[in-house]
Amino acid sequence: MTEEIIIAGFGGQGVLSMGKILAYSGVMQDKEVSWMPSYGPEMRGGTANVSVIISDERISSPIINQFDTAIILNQQSLDKFEKSVKPGGLLIYDPNGITHEPTRKDINIYKIAATAKAQEMGISKVFNMVVLGGFLKLKPIVAPEFIHKGLEKSLPARHHNLIPQNEDAIEVGKGLIEAVQVL
Amino acid sequence: MAKELQLMKGNEAIARAMIASGCDGYFGYPITPQSEVMETLMAEKPWETTGMTVLQAESEMASINMVYGGAATGKKVATSSSSPGISLMQEGLTYLAGAEIPCLIVNVMRGGPGLGTIQPSQSDYFQSVKGGGHGDYQLYTLAPASVQEMYDFVFDAWDIAFKYRNPVLILSDGAIGQCMEKLYTRDFTPRWTEEERRKNAPWGTWGKPATRGHNIITSLELDSAKQEIFNHKLQAKYAEMKEKEVRYEMLNCEDADYIIVAYGSSSRIAMKAMQMAREKGIKVGLFRLITLFPFPTKQLNELSKKVKGMLCVEMSAGQMIEDVRIATECNIPVEHFGRFGGIIPTPGEVLEALENKIVK
Amino acid sequence: MANDIVKPENLVYSRTKVLTDATMHYCPGCGHGTTHRIVAEVIEELGIQGTTVGVAPVGCSVLAYNYFDVDFQEAAHGRAPALATAIKRLNPDLNVFTYQGDGDLAAIGTAETVHAANRGENITMVFVNNGIYGMTGGQMAPTTLVGMKSATTPYGRCVERNGYPLRITEMLATLPGTYYVTRQSVHTPAAVRKAKAAIKQAFLNQQNKKGLSFVEIVSNCNSGWKMTPVQANKWMEENMFPNYPIGDIKVDGKIAEGIDINRLVVDHPLSVVNK
Repeated sequence: MTEEIIIAGFGGQGVLSMGKILAYSGVMQDKEVSWMPSYGPEMRGGTANVSVIISDERISSPIINQFDTAIILNQQSLDKFEKSVKPGGLLIYDPNGITHEPTRKDINIYKIAATAKAQEMGISKVFNMVVLGGFLKLKPIVAPEFIHKGLEKSLPARHHNLIPQNEDAIEVGKGLIEAVQVL
Repeated sequence: MAKELQLMKGNEAIARAMIASGCDGYFGYPITPQSEVMETLMAEKPWETTGMTVLQAESEMASINMVYGGAATGKKVATSSSSPGISLMQEGLTYLAGAEIPCLIVNVMRGGPGLGTIQPSQSDYFQSVKGGGHGDYQLYTLAPASVQEMYDFVFDAWDIAFKYRNPVLILSDGAIGQCMEKLYTRDFTPRWTEEERRKNAPWGTWGKPATRGHNIITSLELDSAKQEIFNHKLQAKYAEMKEKEVRYEMLNCEDADYIIVAYGSSSRIAMKAMQMAREKGIKVGLFRLITLFPFPTKQLNELSKKVKGMLCVEMSAGQMIEDVRIATECNIPVEHFGRFGGIIPTPGEVLEALENKIVK
Repeated sequence: MANDIVKPENLVYSRTKVLTDATMHYCPGCGHGTTHRIVAEVIEELGIQGTTVGVAPVGCSVLAYNYFDVDFQEAAHGRAPALATAIKRLNPDLNVFTYQGDGDLAAIGTAETVHAANRGENITMVFVNNGIYGMTGGQMAPTTLVGMKSATTPYGRCVERNGYPLRITEMLATLPGTYYVTRQSVHTPAAVRKAKAAIKQAFLNQQNKKGLSFVEIVSNCNSGWKMTPVQANKWMEENMFPNYPIGDIKVDGKIAEGIDINRLVVDHPLSVVNK
């Protein structure tokens, strides 16, 4: 198993930390992982993205330009990465702020209204975990107990009291994701 | 901190390896994409645990000269920077080499020339192994290709530096520096005791006891005849490194018709390209340089007798390729493929270049 | 015959053992030799020969390490304060001093000097200011006086082209990291005694962990100034001292009594060298 993922959105949406929690969970499940961020001006607002690879084998390049899954959280990122999903791959997007829907016919497309749901529930801080839940529903590559360990490792000890809230958000995401186009 | 499995950035791994390997002092100046090295050290406060000193200097010139001052007392001292900052350090590096001071310098390369870009690049190869500063000198140069190697090479660096009384350069780039991967940390190596320092660095300026003359650390010799003798001594040291300390990795080279030669993050991309080529039935191997100086000249020469061509993949306009061509004595076609200015080549591009330039 | 006279009980002076037997390369009449001697005497008197590390500059005193019988490092041009910073921080029990000239300390090494002082590094800095680059053949230094001739100001330093003489010692005195800042000379026996006391104080401050102590020695360069040693000392008194007034500037972390730091830094008139 090798899963090559891009997570892309605005800085401040928790893109990098979502990738880190997913990658750390993979480490806890004894997978090979890599987490490769875009860095630079993106760090100071604007767009942010991170490539995460989770595999049973030694990872060759952590830098890739074709993805099994793209998790897209804003229009710019959809414009940039829709074409980078491998044929037959998966695209997940949050419809919040999306004006042009994805158009590819050769990929699976799902949407998850995580921004709206998180605002409605007053859990905006764990918005990214709602999205992660949607992904894990479709591709359960890491088991829930390892997600728990990944959260423990990724979050500083003073925030460990927030782990249950993060896990609840993941469950919310699993129920929220809906198919747009399934091959 | 004992042995542990962690997920960590390359830059953070460098910092944690410094602490864990018994480093006495770090002096640096912030520059993207390596600022996490000093940030991690400052957050970890090793002065409260191992007793390591960490100081933010006023410039890269100051930090490399702080390395000089501290390391010349026989302590394990390090700095890190990225390409423009390393350019500023070149004066210090030639003085360190000329005064034979063991120390560690980390360059997390970014695109140039000039202020350039903050994205990954490998265009400092010439600067690293062909001088950079003035005079005939060499830095023992290690090129990590993973976060684990970023960590492990810090430990290796101290061994080489003190064995040869020579500065060691870890030449990385923004991709490995910023990437997070699995990392097995090691048990702590304690900092040297006073007795160990004096034993391991009898030449150090740690205070002259009545039992010896004064130790002088200098690269100055006004007598040309003596300076020539000293240069011969340096060259003999570099020759010994070439003989004993070359490191490289060969993957799928046994049956290969074609070889990709690469180091650092390019070698990771090349590995993927090699896998893609093999899936297409093209027998491709990967020769990954681990030491850039000493260069694996003999090994590449032998390999060139068994294969039909080599593709050098570098994030530069073609620097390492010069040494590959010298090593292979132009017996076979050796071509370059690179992206530069901060652009990272894709495995697909590498495969395409291999097919167009070498396989044909 | 000499042996009849030279008996221990008759000795009133002998060379300090902290200087080596090497013959100094300095020009006759130069202040470096005397300054070396008093630094070495202080090291001997404080009993710190075995725990002292010096840092030599680039310039006339580049070979200082050959003359002091203590461990020594040779720095790149201007970087001595950076070296000293690390030596001291990694070896707090060592007594660390830099020995630098005006080009090294106040031109190419200004940043290292200012920042070591501003961090309050617990080191001793000895700064020999003779207003000229002696080693390279008498070119303009940052401390060259207005109107003063040098190889690169053959018609005299002019403010429009070259700016003002840099009074870096006053500048450093304004920084909170400096504990003791003084300006001395070594051209008369009385001046030598005062300069030696100042250097001793600078080392004692380091032992007491007080922060940076800075001793400027206004000196001559009879070769560079193209004068006899006696003429050079007279010229120094008449021209250097008005621009670089002798005495303590900062003592025990406070601007010394009678020193108006504003006058020194901003308003002090720049005298033009007598023709």
